[in-house]
Amino acid sequence: MSTLAIDKGGPRRKVKYGSMSRDRAWALRWSYFFLVLFAIFFLTPPLYMVITSLKSSAEISAATNPWWVFHPTLANYVELLTSNQFLRFFWNSSIVSLVVVVVTMLISIPAAFALARMKFWGSTTLATGVFLTYLVPDSLLFIPLFKMLALVQDITGITLLNRWYVLLFIYPTLTVPFCTWIMIGYFASIPKELDEAAIIDGASWLQTLTRIFIPVALPGLIAATIFAFTVSWAQFLYPLVFTTSIDQLVLPVGITTTLIKGDVFNWGQIMTGALLGAAPPLIIYAFLMDYYIAGLTAGATKG
Amino acid sequence: MADVVVQHARAARTTSARKGGSLHNALRRKSTVAFFLTLPLILLIALFVLYPALFSIHLASLNKSMQKFVGFGNFTFLFKRETFWMVVKQSCIFAVTAVFFKALIGFIVAHFVHNIPAKGQRKWRGMLLVPWVIPPAMSTLAWLWLFDPSYSAFNYTLSLFGIGPINWLGDAAWARFSVILVNVWYGAPFFLIMYLAALKSVPDQLYEAAAIDGANWWQKIWFITLPMMRNIIAITTLFSLIVTFANFDIVRILTSGGPLDQTQIFATYAFRVGIESNDIPLGASVSLFMVPILAVAAIFILRDVNKRGNES
Amino acid sequence: MADVALRKVVKRYDDVEAVRGIDLDIADHEFIVLVGPSGCGKSTTLRMIAGLEDISDGDIMIGGDVVNDVPPKDRDIAMVFQNYALYPHMTVAENMSFGLRLKHYPKAEIKARVTEAARLLDITDLIDRKPKQLSGGQRQRVAMGRAIVRNPKVFLFDEPLSNLDAKLRVQMRIEIKKVHQKVRTTTVYVTHDQVEAMTLADRVVVMNKGRIEQIGTPNELYHRPATRFVAGFIGSPAMNFIPCRLEDVGGTLQIRLTDRIAFALPPARAARYHALPRTDKFLLGLRPEHLTEAHAHLGPGVETFDTVLDVTEPMGMETLVYFGLEGTPVCGRVDPNAGAKDGAPMRLAMDLNNMHLLNEDTGVVL
Repeated sequence: MSTLAIDKGGPRRKVKYGSMSRDRAWALRWSYFFLVLFAIFFLTPPLYMVITSLKSSAEISAATNPWWVFHPTLANYVELLTSNQFLRFFWNSSIVSLVVVVVTMLISIPAAFALARMKFWGSTTLATGVFLTYLVPDSLLFIPLFKMLALVQDITGITLLNRWYVLLFIYPTLTVPFCTWIMIGYFASIPKELDEAAIIDGASWLQTLTRIFIPVALPGLIAATIFAFTVSWAQFLYPLVFTTSIDQLVLPVGITTTLIKGDVFNWGQIMTGALLGAAPPLIIYAFLMDYYIAGLTAGATKG
Repeated sequence: MADVVVQHARAARTTSARKGGSLHNALRRKSTVAFFLTLPLILLIALFVLYPALFSIHLASLNKSMQKFVGFGNFTFLFKRETFWMVVKQSCIFAVTAVFFKALIGFIVAHFVHNIPAKGQRKWRGMLLVPWVIPPAMSTLAWLWLFDPSYSAFNYTLSLFGIGPINWLGDAAWARFSVILVNVWYGAPFFLIMYLAALKSVPDQLYEAAAIDGANWWQKIWFITLPMMRNIIAITTLFSLIVTFANFDIVRILTSGGPLDQTQIFATYAFRVGIESNDIPLGASVSLFMVPILAVAAIFILRDVNKRGNES
Repeated sequence: MADVALRKVVKRYDDVEAVRGIDLDIADHEFIVLVGPSGCGKSTTLRMIAGLEDISDGDIMIGGDVVNDVPPKDRDIAMVFQNYALYPHMTVAENMSFGLRLKHYPKAEIKARVTEAARLLDITDLIDRKPKQLSGGQRQRVAMGRAIVRNPKVFLFDEPLSNLDAKLRVQMRIEIKKVHQKVRTTTVYVTHDQVEAMTLADRVVVMNKGRIEQIGTPNELYHRPATRFVAGFIGSPAMNFIPCRLEDVGGTLQIRLTDRIAFALPPARAARYHALPRTDKFLLGLRPEHLTEAHAHLGPGVETFDTVLDVTEPMGMETLVYFGLEGTPVCGRVDPNAGAKDGAPMRLAMDLNNMHLLNEDTGVVL
């Protein structure tokens, strides 16, 4: 009898007390289980790139386990990194992306400053217009842009089609609206008193911009820069339409058009090329993840 | 004495002269400055977005050689083509299905990430966002290789279970599935990040209050999480709808619209017709068909973004 | 150093007049506080002096020059903001020297001035820190330091203490006063806190609805308020306003508060109010400290009455008692040992020598 009473009193309490934390522990275990599952789903393609890039053509065509490298080799890397053609793509991509980043910042920052701080006729309309422009996809404009370039070429005699530098004018249409938009947001979040303090300290609007706004909004500036770079680096449709000669191609187009020769797929080299092409954004992401994510989420808030 | 008088007079004059002139000057200067600061932006948008958009309408009204005005000829031509209607149907199915699964996976995974201890979250978030960071043209190549019919890693793995081989990109149904799968893979991390940020902005006290009121986990999601995240879910979904609907890279690299145009969507079809078949007016017409759907989504986004801005 | 003068200054926003014609003369070295409820136009006035707002009408003069159209940087003023407005990416020293660096002062002089200001404000140790690493009080000091290094003609303070907690506010108040005693720069200080206004100011400017209600030293405002607004705004707990009438009873002038309570006015007061029409409605203005417990040795002009207390609030050195007179809530201040209890009857004394009589309709103190 007495033991029964103890059993009743003791355990019941324990179960009640423990149930919260036990639920928690199970929830945590399930969370980890599914996270691992999704991580496998999300990371399989990039990992498979790495695996394939380390294989020789012979191993790829042999019927061995494709998920494992039996004879790792860097031959694909050596071959691509010594190929003038591939280096040319890389160089084109780099120069285009870097120039576009600079152009984007030169256009976006002053415009965002004006839109965030100087109320002028039509400024709200312009801000809305900037946001709408950001929503215009490349697949809507590539045909008229192609025809426009052809017409300008016919009229002026300046070669525009099949030249990489034409991308320097076209890519900013993709980067500037978003960068302006998020810079408006970052600038608008700077307290008004800060520019008033600067005005009283004797700063001109240019000094307010360069010595107060830009340093204070630096995280936003970095986020915008990353965005502009990754968008330029990844852009595929415009260079596919506007450039055709091998020496004018940027990486994404170069890899998909030249490494795939007819029906012969040199998968080792394609994967290596894709991996090298994915490397710059990935490296930036690895080091500046927080800025990258801040830029992503900033787009959904009003500037 | 005279000096002093003169000085006074001058001082008075300058101040009164200032009064009328420089206030106007300052006003004029400020808007002039603002105009010049935004001029490059305005020029860029006008020249490379607005003008091409209008030019596209003009192009769509010409015949193939662009010599003759045909009015709505291109559109009526498209209406009579079965392929075109297939493209419309596929684009819609493609966008809606892909966005739905992106949103669903993003929502679920965001919860899992939110559930685990805070110090591990950064690492997981970092890993799970990788698909969004890789240029889609590059990662789609990896998928193309994973789907490869003869040496494919997927078919090899399935063969271990006695399944397959599946003709991932050659069979119409599987090709559509594959295209959507790759799109979901690429886009879900974006939703994940947006939802995770939204989850973090919901105050813990609300959940604690709900727990005290006796809400279970799904009631918490239904009555607290979803209403609090409603706006961000709407913005993200509409935005993704636009991007997915207008997608080019994935379909182009994976199937080029094949087999037999069974995975062709607006962007790839416009490319096929306008660039590859060199019928620019017809390609422009195909592109223009995206406008109504994009415009509706854009209007709703703008409304939500403005609402969000007003709340904060 | 300079005097500041405002002549019929008006500020209009579209069709709203935020400031409705202000005249104010601020002497060199003077510490002026603009005080009033939110929306009374005090901040707008300050911002017009700073040049951050255009002036719709009238003139503002600093050191005798009309500065209406002079940009802020050329007005030679310094301003301390409510949220400090420190540049987050600059160190304390850089924050303080920013204005001087923009004006291309020699490095040595900048350093000397910053060091001097830092010493004055006791922030020498913090000079290399960023604002993020500072407490609220320290940020406040840096904001003041930024104003001091400029050595301007006028200091402008826009509610500088309202972001601080109560204890720190008292401390910084004393600090600001000390700094002003040392540098003696003409100062215009805006606050909504009448205690701050009273403690800091040489002269207080009470503003209401875009107009100046009264200008005077803290004591003048407290003891001789000109209007009901000033009388009610200055002092805490606020002055009581009890509806009353004047009566002539047997040749003496009486003030009647209720049917039961009426007192003969002291001779000085009776003489002052003698000519007022008996038919007008008046308000008796009486500060809580002039409404105390009754005791045996009451002087002339102090009258007693009985009431029942509603609520008592022991404050330590005194007890506040609340009761009603014909529906008008009244507050008194009694000795903590006077035995005041919630709901208990009590005999109280009214010191009519310190009373004010107001016209109920116009709000003017008679």
